[in-house]
Amino acid sequence: MIFSIIVQAPPVQSQGAETALRFTRAVLAAGHQVHRVFFYRDGIHNGTDLASHPQDESSLPAQWQALAQEHNLDLVVCIAAAVRRGIVNEGEAKRYHHEHWNLAPGFELSGLGQLVDTCLQADRVVTFGGRS
Amino acid sequence: MILHTLNQGPGNPALLENCLTAMTATDTLLLIEDGIYWSLPAYADTLARVPGRVQALESDLTARGIKTALTTVDDTGFVELTINHDKVVSWF
Amino acid sequence: MSTHRFLVMTRSAPYGTSAARDALETALTCSVFEQPVTLLFLDDGVFQLLKGQAPASIEQKNLNAMQQSLPLYDIERLYVSKRALELRGLSAADLILPVELIDDAALPALLAQHDTVLSI
Repeated sequence: MIFSIIVQAPPVQSQGAETALRFTRAVLAAGHQVHRVFFYRDGIHNGTDLASHPQDESSLPAQWQALAQEHNLDLVVCIAAAVRRGIVNEGEAKRYHHEHWNLAPGFELSGLGQLVDTCLQADRVVTFGGRS
Repeated sequence: MILHTLNQGPGNPALLENCLTAMTATDTLLLIEDGIYWSLPAYADTLARVPGRVQALESDLTARGIKTALTTVDDTGFVELTINHDKVVSWF
Repeated sequence: MSTHRFLVMTRSAPYGTSAARDALETALTCSVFEQPVTLLFLDDGVFQLLKGQAPASIEQKNLNAMQQSLPLYDIERLYVSKRALELRGLSAADLILPVELIDDAALPALLAQHDTVLSI
């Protein structure tokens, strides 16, 4: 079965992104496919390359990256939501004349159309939210 | 057949009320994250009004030190529930 | 591209969070991708459609303007919870667009009619 995961929750402040990660792992472990993980609203903060944690805690962005690498996952961050909140890749940094960029490797920025598209491709769409 | 997930506890009763209204007898409500606090005995009357089945996510119960008489599922069981239902509606 | 029925379900009041705007943008995107989309307003979400919003005072864009463009995008199916309106002392006449009021009892059928329900 093909799944699409939509993440609207940011790491740290709410549990939703953690739940989404565990669910995605369980989907893959059961032998199903994940067509795409789409990060929207505050969920875009899962795509930061600059999260730092004490040694006994794990960084959610790093865990998404590791999972994506292992399973060749498509991690898409909504570009409009991300740019407004200050998550940019090199291309967007140049477009907006920023000297720095912070989108983690393994994530890509794309439009909300990718959310619609992934719903069309999937047998099941599962959304993980924070607190609206 | 819809799987409803709900992630907020009794501090947000309107969320559960909306979810109950949208459910039918063939649907399942899966309590996740803070939603598992609805499984406490104090809210039994409210949960009794759920038209379908109610289950709770095991790891969230364990994390919060809550024991329940409800059926529980692990993450694999959560995935199975999404497959056994036609679609998933998330309440958060 | 296959045709897929989307339901965008929104429960939040406007301006206090980005939920109202994000729900509208999602619905508009579904429409741009030629997928039929229905908007469902529950709970405080009904406040999104109130007339007379002037959010320049808080430096935000007016949602009413975006909402009035919905028919141009062929988004004509707008459902508002009748009970949510009544509980808030409002009626359809207070809203910026013509909507269909939906009874609680009709909600399960509405959810069942759509392929994907997006909560925002």
